[in-house]
Amino acid sequence: MLHTVLFIVFAVIAVAAAVNLLAQRHPINSALSLIVVMAALSVLYLLLGAEFVAAVQVIIYAGAVMVLFVFVIMLLNAGEEERTPGSRVAKIIGYPGVAALAALIVWTLVRHNTGALKVGLGRFLGSPSAIGHLLFKDFLLPFEVTSVLILIAIMGAVVLAGREG
Amino acid sequence: MVPISWYLVLSAMLFALGVVGFLVKRNLITIFMSIELMLNAVNLAFVAFAWQWKQLNGQVFVFFVMVVAAAEAAVGLAIIIAVFRTRETLNVDRVNLLKL
Repeated sequence: MLHTVLFIVFAVIAVAAAVNLLAQRHPINSALSLIVVMAALSVLYLLLGAEFVAAVQVIIYAGAVMVLFVFVIMLLNAGEEERTPGSRVAKIIGYPGVAALAALIVWTLVRHNTGALKVGLGRFLGSPSAIGHLLFKDFLLPFEVTSVLILIAIMGAVVLAGREG
Repeated sequence: MVPISWYLVLSAMLFALGVVGFLVKRNLITIFMSIELMLNAVNLAFVAFAWQWKQLNGQVFVFFVMVVAAAEAAVGLAIIIAVFRTRETLNVDRVNLLKL
C-alpha cells in the first residue's frame, strides 16, 4: 500500500516535471525541471531496491552533470528560446507519432511480462558492496575501459572549450 | 505492491517525452537535456528489469550508462561553448554548418 502510494506520487512528479521541461521556454527552468525528474527517479530506484544506483543518481546526475548544465547556461547567458513556426503537417503527424512510439515501447517491454512479479518495499538488492564485487570481478575490463573513456572525454572537453577563437 | 509493468510504462512515457523535446525544442542546451531525459528513462527500465530477474547486472549497466552520460555531457557542453563562440546563438536553426 505504502509502496503504491510512493510510486504514484513520484511517478506523477517525474512525468509532470518532464512535461514542464518541454513547456518552459527558458533553459534554466528546463534544467531545474530535469533535476526534479532525476530526484523523483532516484526515489523510484530506492523503491526498486537499488540503493547504490539511487545514491549515484543524486550525486552524479542531479549533482555533477546538472551543475555542469546550469553552469554552461549561465556562462553563455542563454535567453528565452526563439519560437520558430513549424509546419502544420508536423503537428498533425507528430503527436500521434509520439503516442505510437510510447505505445510501441510499452508493448515491447510488457509483452512477455505477466505482471505476476511485484515489487515489495524495503528489500534492497543492489547494495554498494554487491555492486562493487560485480564491478571489480565480472565487469573489470569494461570498468577500466570507462576510465579511459572519461580521460579522453576530459581531454576533449579541455581542447574544445579551451580553444582560442 | 506495484507490478513491474507500471515502472516500464513510466519509463516509456519519459522516453517519449524526451523524444518530443529532442524534436520540438530549438535551444541546443534544452535538446541536450532531452537526451539526458531519455537516458534516465532507459536507466529506469534497466533497474526495473534488474528487480524482475533478481540480477545485479542491470544495475551495473545503469552505472555504465551514467558514466557515458557524464562523459557525453562534458564533451557536448564543450562543443556547445565552441559553437556559441563562433555563432553567438544557441538556436539550432542558425547552426547549419559543420564548420566551427
